[in-house]
Amino acid sequence: MDVWSSLMDGFATALTPMNFLYAVIGVLLGTAVGVLPGLGPAMTVALLLPVTYALEPTSAFIMFAGIYYGGMYGGSTTSILLNTPGESSSVVTAIEGNKMAKAGRAAQALATAAIGSFVAGTIGTALLAVFAPIVVEFAVSLGAPSYFAIMVLALLAVTAVLGSSRLRGFASLGLGLAIGLVGIDSVTGQRRLTFGQPLLADGLDIVVVAVAIFAVGEALWVAAHLRRNPLHVIPVGRPWMGRKDWGRSWKPWLRGTAFGFPFGALPAGGAEIPTFLSYVTEKRLSKHPEEFGKGAIEGVAGPEAANNAAAAGTLTPLLALGLPTNATAAVMLAAFTTYGIQPGPQLFSSQGPLVWALIASLFIGNLLLLLINLPLAPLWAKLLQLPRPYLYAGILFFATLGAYSVNLQAFDLVVLLVLGALGFMMRRFGLPVLPLILGVILGPRIEGQLRKTLQLSAGDPAGLFSEPIAIVVYIIVALILVWPFVLKLIRRNRPQAAGAPSAPAAPSGSSAPSGSSAPAELPGRQEPAARTETTVHAPGSGHEDRTVRSDKKETP
Amino acid sequence: MTIVVGYVPTPEGEAALTQAITEARKSNTRLLVINSSRGDALVDNRYAQEPDIQSIEDRLATQGIDHEIKQPVRGHDAAAEVLDAAEEHNAELIVIGLRRRTPVGKLIMGSVSQRILLEADCPVLAVKAG
Repeated sequence: MDVWSSLMDGFATALTPMNFLYAVIGVLLGTAVGVLPGLGPAMTVALLLPVTYALEPTSAFIMFAGIYYGGMYGGSTTSILLNTPGESSSVVTAIEGNKMAKAGRAAQALATAAIGSFVAGTIGTALLAVFAPIVVEFAVSLGAPSYFAIMVLALLAVTAVLGSSRLRGFASLGLGLAIGLVGIDSVTGQRRLTFGQPLLADGLDIVVVAVAIFAVGEALWVAAHLRRNPLHVIPVGRPWMGRKDWGRSWKPWLRGTAFGFPFGALPAGGAEIPTFLSYVTEKRLSKHPEEFGKGAIEGVAGPEAANNAAAAGTLTPLLALGLPTNATAAVMLAAFTTYGIQPGPQLFSSQGPLVWALIASLFIGNLLLLLINLPLAPLWAKLLQLPRPYLYAGILFFATLGAYSVNLQAFDLVVLLVLGALGFMMRRFGLPVLPLILGVILGPRIEGQLRKTLQLSAGDPAGLFSEPIAIVVYIIVALILVWPFVLKLIRRNRPQAAGAPSAPAAPSGSSAPSGSSAPAELPGRQEPAARTETTVHAPGSGHEDRTVRSDKKETP
Repeated sequence: MTIVVGYVPTPEGEAALTQAITEARKSNTRLLVINSSRGDALVDNRYAQEPDIQSIEDRLATQGIDHEIKQPVRGHDAAAEVLDAAEEHNAELIVIGLRRRTPVGKLIMGSVSQRILLEADCPVLAVKAG
């Protein structure tokens, strides 16, 4: 079989001593940033991009993949031991995980999270290896109009479906697209948004933008909110599981995987929705529903599996279509471009060995993560005792060094600071960071496809609808955009139907707080750096909503 | 007049607290318990959590000692917080717990106890654990 032999070649590449070393470095770094709230794999990959210029692309990507998977593992440790999710995808894990830890079952919670992540990650990677070539086969038949439509879908879906506020999402997307426009137009040679500054003519370097938004913005934010009452980590020994725990865990692992992978693969999937769905499902199916809310192992096993499967799922559109659906994938896409690799359906044919080595390294990374996480979980928790000034000083140093080393221009440092201030303001006003990053990275590519389409159709906008796939995608886009309004209408009509038929569309109805769309009310922050309180809604249950703060945990 | 005790949830801290309670009962003065953190790390095991504080509160209340527990998180180190409190409340005595530190450890980490001993304006009572 072709996939099989390519994968074996991939293993051969990934297991060379140097590449294996980079995989180890990647998973260690990834776990570390996953454990620390506020730092995420996207920021780490962005910081390391300039440092890895000298490396072979294969080694660099093996390391990035390790960081990505490691971040998914690390987040659960903080969730369980501190009730402070290290990553937004671990918010749901904190619900049951921390309760388990408080009940003295931290070891089992950590074990089911780690083993579940391993199971889900491995299955997810296998699905990736199987599905990605199929998607590619389908994708090479797509023309520019379909591509344009799919990219529009990805951007809008990420902006509208995830996150707590559509308005903020679109504001952030607009900022990103504007940043992406800076520079000389590739078709007409016009200067756009350069303000007569020749240094802006080449556009803003994506590395500088990513580092500024993720690293500098985050550092400024932390500096502004430094003092807070520290917590204690719940002490734990070596994670282990009894026979009963295994029996209760394996089904949630598999179900979590089934939720995670497809959602990760969809544009706008992300890891938050599947983790939440998995939690709700486990709660419904559990033989011990009374334990939910008090530390049920199923509530840790399912969501943790779901977020790792989603991580693998996310790589499918990235590798097969060149379409990132979360922040880390977006930065990895930028990394492809900086290495001069053209992402898209042709990636599998033009960079076959690299892609398969990357996939093979995911299997290896998963195994490594299991091996280093089971015995070392208590050690990782010690990282949380690091005084944050030291940590962020180091990050700022790396950020500055990285931004400067891209072009060796002092001007880039100015850009870094300006965009860093923008990143800080976005956090301050609750704007999600992901739409901005996707806008910056996908914006120019979308524009390229749009231009191509319009050139082919000689400027006729009807050319945008010349492919059936494009039309289908536009219908989905329309549904996503219209859905919340429909929902609002239904909600408004329902009380009227129940009550007396009064004047239609009373102004009180329109002023009622309406959630944007149903999934948007899920633990909906895709950014590790996301900062506002994330309310985890547990419907259909007796106990009240719990509020998990994604980073700040202040006791008065 | 007040007795100030620097408390940390360790054997040394407990020893200091016990000694401070004895002193406070002897001279029938107010007891001020200080437990501080710089607050710049997510986790600080020397910052007492709610249950700890509650149990101290109960212990002091049952002994009938006029007391106050303060947990300042202002970015200052523990020595500064204890010295500040002593000055502010015109303390007659500061009680602290001593732990053994290697010379190298002391060189790197500094010593909270040493700074309190050297800079306090009132007598300092230093006790050891166990």
